[in-house]
Amino acid sequence: MSEIHASTTVKVIAFQLIDKEYALPVHQVYSIEKLMHITRVPGTVSFVKGVINLRGVVTPIIDLRSRFGLSDEQYDDSTRIIIAALDNIEVGLIVDGANDVLDIPVDAIEPQPEVVGSLGDEYITGVAKLDKRLLIMLSLQKIFK
Amino acid sequence: MDMNQYLEIFIDESKEHLQAMNEHLLQLEKEPNNITIVNEIFRSAHTLKGMSATMGYEDLANLTHKLENVLDAIRNQQISVTLAIMDTVFSSVDDLEAMVEDIAAGGDGKRDVAAIVQKLLLIEQGEAAAAIDVPEAPADAAAGNSLQYDEFEWTVIDQSKEQGFTCLEVAVSLRADCVLKAARVFMVFKVLEKCGEVIKSVPSSDQLEEEKFDETFTVTLITQEPVEDIQAKTKKVSEVEHVRITEIVSGTQEEIKTPVQRAVPEAKQTNPVLEKETIQPAEEEKRAAKSSKQPVSNKTIRVNIERLDILMNLFEELVIDRGRLESISAELNHSELNETVEHMSRISGDLQNIILNMRMVPVETVFNRFPKLVRQLSRDLNKQINLEIIGAETELDRTVIDEIGDPLVHLLRNAGDHGIEMPEARLAKGKPAEGTIKLKAYHSGNHVFIEIEDDGAGINKERVLKKALDKGIVTEEQALGMTDRQIFELIMASGFSTAEVISDLSGRGVGLDVVKTTIESLGGSITIDSVEGSGSVFSIQLPLTLSIISVMLVEVEKEKYAIPLSSIIETAIVKKEEVLNAHNQQVIDFRGKVVPLLFLEDIFSVPHQEEDDRFYSIVIVRKGEKMAGLVVDSFIGQQEVVLKSLGNYLSNVFAISGATILGDGQVALIVDCNALIK
Repeated sequence: MSEIHASTTVKVIAFQLIDKEYALPVHQVYSIEKLMHITRVPGTVSFVKGVINLRGVVTPIIDLRSRFGLSDEQYDDSTRIIIAALDNIEVGLIVDGANDVLDIPVDAIEPQPEVVGSLGDEYITGVAKLDKRLLIMLSLQKIFK
Repeated sequence: MDMNQYLEIFIDESKEHLQAMNEHLLQLEKEPNNITIVNEIFRSAHTLKGMSATMGYEDLANLTHKLENVLDAIRNQQISVTLAIMDTVFSSVDDLEAMVEDIAAGGDGKRDVAAIVQKLLLIEQGEAAAAIDVPEAPADAAAGNSLQYDEFEWTVIDQSKEQGFTCLEVAVSLRADCVLKAARVFMVFKVLEKCGEVIKSVPSSDQLEEEKFDETFTVTLITQEPVEDIQAKTKKVSEVEHVRITEIVSGTQEEIKTPVQRAVPEAKQTNPVLEKETIQPAEEEKRAAKSSKQPVSNKTIRVNIERLDILMNLFEELVIDRGRLESISAELNHSELNETVEHMSRISGDLQNIILNMRMVPVETVFNRFPKLVRQLSRDLNKQINLEIIGAETELDRTVIDEIGDPLVHLLRNAGDHGIEMPEARLAKGKPAEGTIKLKAYHSGNHVFIEIEDDGAGINKERVLKKALDKGIVTEEQALGMTDRQIFELIMASGFSTAEVISDLSGRGVGLDVVKTTIESLGGSITIDSVEGSGSVFSIQLPLTLSIISVMLVEVEKEKYAIPLSSIIETAIVKKEEVLNAHNQQVIDFRGKVVPLLFLEDIFSVPHQEEDDRFYSIVIVRKGEKMAGLVVDSFIGQQEVVLKSLGNYLSNVFAISGATILGDGQVALIVDCNALIK
C-alpha cells in the first residue's frame, strides 16, 4: 500500500454491483470483456461459474454477486467480466457493469467505516469518496481465497 | 565487429555440429574403415573450427584444428582407427562440448586443453597409435590397410575369380614432392584400366581427382595379367614411389609382393579385356549412385517459442471469429458467402494443424546424446552395455523436452551402474555378457511414457527394506504392509543409497530423489518395477502440458465434454433393459465382461432437463486392465484438440484433467478417465 500513499492519485476501474460502486486498482485489471459463453466446471465452489476462452487462455470466472453473498440476478447487456490478475492467478469477475476509469486522490480513500452495507468487510481495503459517489475498494487477495 | 548478435546462432550450430560428430564417431567405432563417416566428422569439425575462429574462441578453434588433423590422417589412411584413438577423439569432443556450454552460459570458452592437444598431436604423428596396438600403421606404411568391400563388390570379385581372373589390391604411393598428383593418379588409372578393370579405389575417384589425399591411394583391380607386369607398368608412371600389390582371396587377401624400390622396367601394354570393358559403365553408375547417397538434411529455422505461443493464441482468436462467421453465414444463407466461409474454414483447419505441430519436438533431441553417454559409462565401469532406443520419434512439447534430459541421464547412469552386472557375473547367471538398457518412449492417453529398462540384477527387496529401516525412512509397521512397488519406490526417498560402494557415477544417495522431484515438478510420476535377477523398469509418466490429443466429443445434456481417444476402447448404444444391477452398481455385459456404468450426468452434476431416452449412449473407457462405461447423451465426434490447463486458480478439479477450446470458441472440459476408474 505504500505505493498508493506515495502517489497523489490512484487509478481505479469502477464497476457496479446492484446499487453500489466498487473499484479495483487499474494495475490489477487486464481487460474488461463482454459476457461470453461460460463453460461450467463441475465440482467447484458455487461462486465459480466456470471457465471462458479468453483469447486462447482458459480463464476461471467468479460471480462477484454470489462471492459476496448478494442476490442472484439474470445477466443482461450491461453485464461485464473484469479480468483481474494477482500473483500469476488470472480470474474473471462477473459484475453488473463497468464503465469508468477514475483517478482517486489518495487522501480521499478512508479506512472502511465500522458498518458498511451488506458486504462483509473482509473484502474491503478502504472507501473512497468522490463528489457524491462512494467507491468501495476491493482486495483481490481476499476474493481469490 | 560486434559478435553478440551471432552468438546464439553460433552456440546452436556448434551444438548441432558436436552432436553430429558424436553420432558419427559412434558409427565410426562400429565401422572403423568407413571413410565416408570420417569425412562427415571432418566436415563438422571443420565448420566448427571456422566458426569458433571467427567468433574469437581460440581454444576452441585450436583444439578443433588438432582434431581435424587427426581426422585428416584417418581419412587419408595414415593412421587407422583404434580404441585408444577413439577415446582421445571422444574426450576432445567432450572438451569442445564443455567449452561451448561455457560460452552458452556466458563464459569466455577458455579451457586448459594442453593435455588433450598433446595426445592428439601424438596420434597425428603416429606415435600413440603405434605405441598402443597398431603395428600395421607405421608412418611409412603407405597402404597397410586392406579395403572394405560391400556385398556387391564381393560378388564381382568372386565371379571374376570363377572366370579365371585375379583380384588385386594395388597400393600406390606418390613421391612427397609430386606436384600434379591428380595427373599422376589419372596416369596410374589409365595403366591399370588397360590391364584389367578397376572396381574400387580408396579414396574414391572423385576425391582423387580433387587431390584430396596425401600420397597414397589404393585401387582394386580385376585382371588376368601377372602381378609382376602390373607392378612394373604402374611403376613406369613417373613420380610413383611404391607400388604394393596384394591379392584378394575370398574375403581375405594375401600379400604376394612387398614394396620394391624404384625399378622401372620396360613393359608392353597388352590389349584390354573386352568383355570387362563392357561391364564398366554399369559399375560406374553404381558407384556414382553410392557416392550420391548423402543423408537428407532438413532445412530449418529457429523461432523463439514465445512467438509460437503468441501465434497460437492469435490463431485461436481467429478460430472464434471463424465460428461466428460460420453461424452468420448459415443465417444469411447467401451462397457466395457460404462458399467463402467454407473455404476459409478449411484453410484455417490446415493452419491450425500446422501451428499445433510446430511446438512439438521429437524426444530424439534428448535421446541422441545418450548413445555416447552409455558408451562412456560402459568404458568407465568396465561393463558391456548396449543401449536400445525405441520411439525416439515420439513427440513432446518443447517445454517438457527441456526439463527431462537430466533426470534421464541420472536414470541411465543408475541402470548402468547398479542395474547391469559385470560381464563375468552376467555369464555366471547365464545371461549374455553384454547388458541391455532399453530406452522407450511412447504416447498413451494424456501422457507420454518414457521407460528405462535394464536386464541387470534387479532390486533386492530385503536389502532395500533393511536399509530403509536402518535409515529410519519407514517404520517396521509401515514396512509390513508395503507392496513390492512401494518398496522399490523407497530407493527414491531422499537420503537413501543401496550401493555398497559409492561410485563416482551414481549412488551418492542424492540422485534418485532429485529425479523424482524433478519429474513430479513437471506434473509427472515415476514408478519402478523390478524382478530380482532379471532387471528393472523405471517408468516415467509425463503429462502433455501443452499438447495435441485426439478426443471424442460427447454431449451431456447441454454441456460438451472431451474424452481422450486413447482411453476409449469403443462406443456402444445399449437398451435400458440390458442394464443390470449388481449391488448398487449398474453394469452392462460388454463382450462377455461385466462393465460398471458411470453416469457423467451424475458425476458432473449436470443440470437435468431432457426426458430420458430408451437407450444409453456409452463410451467404454479403460485404465490399464479395468474398464468402465461412461453414460453420455450423445456422441459428437472425434477431434484433435489442444490440451489446456484450467489455470492456477482451479487446480485439482475432480475427474477433469484440463480444458480445450473448441472450433466455436467455447471451452470444453477434458474428462480424466484415470480418476474415474479406481
